[in-house]
Amino acid sequence: MSEGLVGFLDPEGKVLKGQKVPSLNRKDLLRLYRVMLLNRRVDERMITLQRQGRIGFYVGSMGEEAAIIGSAFALKPKDWIIPCYRELGAALLRGFPLFDLCCQLFGNEQDAIKGRQMPNHYASRKLRFGSISSPVGNQIPHATGIGLAARLTGSKDVALVYFGDGATSEGDFHVALNFAGVYKTSTIFLCRNNQWAISVPRQFQTASRTLAEKATAYNIEGVEVDGNDILAVYSVTREAVDRARRGEGATLIEAVTYRQGGHSTSDDPRVYRDEKEVQEWLKKDPISRFKSYLINDGAWSETKDASLEEQIKDEIEVALKKAEKIGPPCIDTMFEDVLDTVPWNLEEQREELRASQEYESVQQDR
Amino acid sequence: MPTINIIQAVNDALRAEMKRDDRVVIMGEDVGKFGGVFRATQGLFQEFGSDRVFDTPLAEAGIIGCAIGMALYGLRPVPEIQFVDFIYPAFDQIVNEAAKMRYRSGGQFTCPMVIRAPSGGGIKGGLYHSQSPETYFIHTAGLKVVMPSNPYDAKGLLIASIRDDNPVIFLEPKSLYRAARGEVPEEVYVIELGKAKVVREGEDITVVTYGAMVRVALEAAETAAEEDQFSVEVIDMRTLLPYDIDTVIASVKKTSRVVIVHEAPRTCGFGAELSATISEKALLHLQAPIFRVTGFDIPFPYTFEHHYLPNETRILKALRDGMDF
Ligand SMILES: Cc1ncc(C[n+]2csc(CCOP(=O)(O)OP(=O)(O)O)c2C)c(N)n1
Repeated sequence: MSEGLVGFLDPEGKVLKGQKVPSLNRKDLLRLYRVMLLNRRVDERMITLQRQGRIGFYVGSMGEEAAIIGSAFALKPKDWIIPCYRELGAALLRGFPLFDLCCQLFGNEQDAIKGRQMPNHYASRKLRFGSISSPVGNQIPHATGIGLAARLTGSKDVALVYFGDGATSEGDFHVALNFAGVYKTSTIFLCRNNQWAISVPRQFQTASRTLAEKATAYNIEGVEVDGNDILAVYSVTREAVDRARRGEGATLIEAVTYRQGGHSTSDDPRVYRDEKEVQEWLKKDPISRFKSYLINDGAWSETKDASLEEQIKDEIEVALKKAEKIGPPCIDTMFEDVLDTVPWNLEEQREELRASQEYESVQQDR
Repeated sequence: MPTINIIQAVNDALRAEMKRDDRVVIMGEDVGKFGGVFRATQGLFQEFGSDRVFDTPLAEAGIIGCAIGMALYGLRPVPEIQFVDFIYPAFDQIVNEAAKMRYRSGGQFTCPMVIRAPSGGGIKGGLYHSQSPETYFIHTAGLKVVMPSNPYDAKGLLIASIRDDNPVIFLEPKSLYRAARGEVPEEVYVIELGKAKVVREGEDITVVTYGAMVRVALEAAETAAEEDQFSVEVIDMRTLLPYDIDTVIASVKKTSRVVIVHEAPRTCGFGAELSATISEKALLHLQAPIFRVTGFDIPFPYTFEHHYLPNETRILKALRDGMDF
């Protein structure tokens, strides 16, 4: 367990005294910034869309972009990402096409998961971006298993799993860390400590001083990092990934960050939390901090930023317009993928649904 | 009499029982200051304080395991599981502990508690905010399972459940939370557990159902009456375990035709149990096979949720098939 919060940048994007930022080339830095901004603008757009009733639901990640994107950036494309529902940024970084993401939100015919899940539950086997489950914490042991399988088969692949502070209360979290410790699996547990689990504040989840210190009991590495400092998140995750590849086992990273918005479009956070707290955290916004850093560094300018904003806006509108026009999947798909083949009872039920639809149209004509 | 919805009726019942009995304690995720994601516990934290209404860490096994301990000690916990889809981490505690405590201790220890959970589909909740898993609990000896279909029953059944000396799984049809409104007395009353209700009397065919499907069945019954002149009897089971077989059999003997409706998947659903028991007890009274209109045997889908859920057409078709047989 390393002591204290790792961080390189102050809220104004200046490098803290005595800290050295990781050496990333300009192309990478700008790519990170672009994905962060895209993530933010997609979230904002989709929340508006939900308010207009054009999609059913949405979970944003405003404020947590550095934690999500910085950590995912430490992986190679072959490594596995096991996401929770807020990891849009990790998907975008992996190259998940915006159009495909929009199709999932609409649950339309082009949606890779055939309209079966609520918005934000993307999946891509090709990108090694796992299938998202709503139950909190369920995915954590899967990453232990993937990390174990990699080790058993002599592969250098690692698994990075995301979850919130609330998830550390679930049994699955503890089981996952324990197995990871016992088997020295190639797993990185990335806890986005955004301070809230819906309306329940972090201090109600655990009496532990930090979440990272929970690693100690399982004898895996534990690190606490400023989750709004993308360079710091990248750096500690990169170290964890390197350790895992060397066969030195798993790491729990606590990225200390903040959920700037509601839990989802279903709640109004003003009912349960103090607006002053929100304002304090907005000052530490990960995107404006990184932007200032880039400008200070001479890598970016307000003019370039304005044109990037325009580009992103267009990109989102194009994907959205195209996706919104597409109709629902073929209704028969509802009965597929339950098992590898469709058993007799589902054949019958598919027929039953067809018959009732025909019946309905006959009735309407009557 | 005020007209209220199911959420308000649940809130009313909780408040009334908390006032009457200071052993009643509410616990769960977001049930405190926030008042629950569906607002069922709204105002209770403010009224009764944090020793009687409290947020728990995000751990269903912890919520139920802890509630069992509290019940053993003599309290009357009413834990909320935010959505019944998230009850499974607590499944072991419910099935192996709460349900078996009385039996395995020769009646020395008991677990009087009510596990409240929103259940069922219809809110665009997809796989994990729509499930109807009542069968798992109906299949478990040692539990009671209750599901109201309207505000009046919700209040009376919840009060009865809190006063009951057994562990009760209280499933609230969330699609009706705000949609179902009705007159509910301000005073306290109980509706005895284990009693079904004939919500529409009829002579020709019986629909047995519960929860959110009661309304849909009633609509189908009205249409069948108008268009086909069928006289349809509709039974709301209200308690699914132990269930009221007498009311069902009496109706079947009268009508001799049965359609069972539930939104849970068909295979081994509650309808299978009802169907088996009806044929054991009333086979010679039946003029037609027992038809089931249910959710399909698939995970609950997002885009096609309204094709998944039984609707008036499917029920009507089953009624006509039953009558034409
Ligand atoms: C097992 C389970 N219980 C309850 C819920 C309802 N729920 C959805 S998200 C959430 C809070 C999660 O908080 P946290 O783990 O901190 O992640 P965050 O949403 O803050 O990213 C809850 C209680 C759920 N999805 N799964």
